[in-house]
Amino acid sequence: MPTPLVVSDVAKSFTMHLRDGIKLPVIAGVSFSIKAGECTVLGGPSGAGKSSILKMLYGNYAVDEGQIIVSHEGGLIDLANASPRTVLAVRRQTIGYVSQFLRTVPRVSALDVVAEPLVERGEDREAARGKARALLSQLNLPEKLWALPPATFSGGEQQRVNIARGFITEHPILLLDEPTASLDATNRDVVIELIAAKKAAGVALLGIFHDHDVREAVADRIIDVTAFAPGKLAA
Amino acid sequence: MTDIATYNFAYLDEQTKRMIRRAILKGIAIPGYQVPFASREMPMPYGWGTGGVQVTASIIGPDDVLKVIDQGADDTTNAVSIRAFFKKVANVAVTTDTASATIIQTRHRIPEHPLTAGQVLVYQVPIPEPLRFLEPRETETRKMHALEEYGLMHVKLYEDIAKHGRIATTYAYPVKVEGRYVMDPSPTPKFDNPKMHRSPALQLFGAGREKRIYAVPPFTDVVSLDFEDHPFEVQTFDQPCALCAAENVYLDEVILDDHGGHMFVCSDTDHCEKRREEGHRGHLAPEIHLASEKMEPAQ
Amino acid sequence: MTDEPLLRVSALSKFYGSRVGCDNVSFDLWPGEVLAVVGESGSGKTTLLNCLSTRLLPSSGTASYRMRDGQFRELYRMSEAERRFLMRTDWGFVHQNPADGLRMTVSAGANVGERLMAVGDRHYGKIRATAVDWLSRVEIEQDRIDDEPRAFSGGMRQRLQIARNLVTGPRLVFMDEPTGGLDVSVQARLLDLLRGLVTDLGLAAIVVTHDLAVARLLSQRMMVMKDGRVVESGLTDRVLDDPRAPYTQLLVSSILQV
Repeated sequence: MPTPLVVSDVAKSFTMHLRDGIKLPVIAGVSFSIKAGECTVLGGPSGAGKSSILKMLYGNYAVDEGQIIVSHEGGLIDLANASPRTVLAVRRQTIGYVSQFLRTVPRVSALDVVAEPLVERGEDREAARGKARALLSQLNLPEKLWALPPATFSGGEQQRVNIARGFITEHPILLLDEPTASLDATNRDVVIELIAAKKAAGVALLGIFHDHDVREAVADRIIDVTAFAPGKLAA
Repeated sequence: MTDIATYNFAYLDEQTKRMIRRAILKGIAIPGYQVPFASREMPMPYGWGTGGVQVTASIIGPDDVLKVIDQGADDTTNAVSIRAFFKKVANVAVTTDTASATIIQTRHRIPEHPLTAGQVLVYQVPIPEPLRFLEPRETETRKMHALEEYGLMHVKLYEDIAKHGRIATTYAYPVKVEGRYVMDPSPTPKFDNPKMHRSPALQLFGAGREKRIYAVPPFTDVVSLDFEDHPFEVQTFDQPCALCAAENVYLDEVILDDHGGHMFVCSDTDHCEKRREEGHRGHLAPEIHLASEKMEPAQ
Repeated sequence: MTDEPLLRVSALSKFYGSRVGCDNVSFDLWPGEVLAVVGESGSGKTTLLNCLSTRLLPSSGTASYRMRDGQFRELYRMSEAERRFLMRTDWGFVHQNPADGLRMTVSAGANVGERLMAVGDRHYGKIRATAVDWLSRVEIEQDRIDDEPRAFSGGMRQRLQIARNLVTGPRLVFMDEPTGGLDVSVQARLLDLLRGLVTDLGLAAIVVTHDLAVARLLSQRMMVMKDGRVVESGLTDRVLDDPRAPYTQLLVSSILQV
């Protein structure tokens, strides 16, 4: 089974310059890999650094130490030291990401928010909208909302738009940051189905799920993040 | 005759004339390019043709025959004064006859009678810069000329069509000279623009207040700017001259009374009189033949 | 992905006497990329923009631009005629104050058409049709085509300025605080419009702004400037979500939350 993403010895800390430069270590010695067709889940209590790991893998947080090797367009790239342009290319082609919250853009309709990643990858706009419609209806987002910008949607509605946007592409790696947090049981089940479909398609998934049932349903493997606590390394 | 001795020939001193001739030569060498020159105070106000007078004064010789027209007429105040001026300060022959003049100073018109090689047409120019009304900065307009950036000229014509459905500019209609410089032909009606194109006469332009001289040498291309779908056209008149029945000439409207009576007559008075002498009659032509002085001999 | 950048900037500095305008700025810009330059007033971001757009000559450093024929040309070694031609064909410049970028006394249609006429278009009907098309793309009603921008609102003027710049299909657009001085709702509309145009046309853009929200919405990459120097640069969301330089942290923590 291919391993499209290998993380080795990654460390991250925040330096708070506005607080006299105090350094807050977040995580250290992070090493793991994820496999195609599997859903790997990051486990551990809040504040253990699960989200920080996902954000580093997506290039959203800078990496202090270590390597994040991604298989991208037939080659291997170290995301920890990649140029912004390379990170953008990896995001476009290789790594998808469903964040906890949707960042809305003024005046862009929910349908176009969902279709956008496909359009960015060069797909025809109407074809992309077609796929977006299918996903939004699968996620039970009322059709009357599709043409509206999601800024005024409820938390659950926004999250479903966000999920659709993340799942619409065929990225070989998909990062999920609590995608089911504000969903009801029905829609949680839809997300579980979507994840199963991705696994079947050979996508390597890495996620954070606080919901016990969802985690049980999707996880092939659980990585305990507490093992990467900065103090542990010294011990 | 004694009073003439108090003036240098043609009023300007020889140094000034040389300076202006240099500007004229440069202008001829770069057709359509505005050459700056040190314009002198003349014994007449700006706007009365000080630029044209300086050019004429610099090129005129004792054997020249001078004609001066204002709005096509030889008998208006401005034309009469300038003619009298040169008669006094240069003692040259003056005429109203286009064909026999060697230098024709003009404001607004090019004579209807075709000009010939050897003649010089001197224009009095109020505002030499065709880009002025769109771009007020002189530094910028000079740069635009230098770099041949003339898109702005078409912006003006575009605005005309957008507002009036056609190019409504009827005088001072911009032209491109020898495929290079865009030039303002001074406030001549666009009717006269085609006469500038490949004219056998030398055309000189003087702007006294703006201190610019420019030139169109004989047989130079002078093309009026336009759009492919709105080509340049001259004015047409739906009736002939009321006095001499001439067609395809530029007509002026003359008010006859205060009851709305009016007629359209040749703006070129010399042309009109010649035709009437030849026996042409318009529908309002008076019965009595006008005896006009043709050639005023030199004193 | 194109292999070569559109613009290569190396060690660009501009000094005003002993004062620093911008100091030792280097970066590459690729086709289709939007780079935001942020910082407070006096940080040198506008000086940098003016140097890059050749409106100002730098004291030292180089910038080379990949022309349409694929050849790189050194911007500061080009003749003025070439630079001005580049500026009205392959580049755009959107000023903060639309009055600086528009001809306020000619109609909206002529404002859009001017660049076309400047490059030799001589067919009134086609020029006007293109102007109509561009006005609709920037959401200005067709019946305003013969009105002068003096009669337009601030937001409309800014949209007209954008149309005027984009009509020749430029590959690089410089923007100086494009949403400055506009109401929030007008700003949102303009940002959305810009975002759409940049994506649809594959434009590269360098946007100077002090507004981090504008940077987040429009750009993929950003540079943070302070006292003429680049203190931090990188992916826009990385710089904003994980600011590393002390000044960037101060900027990010100063954003007002709604």
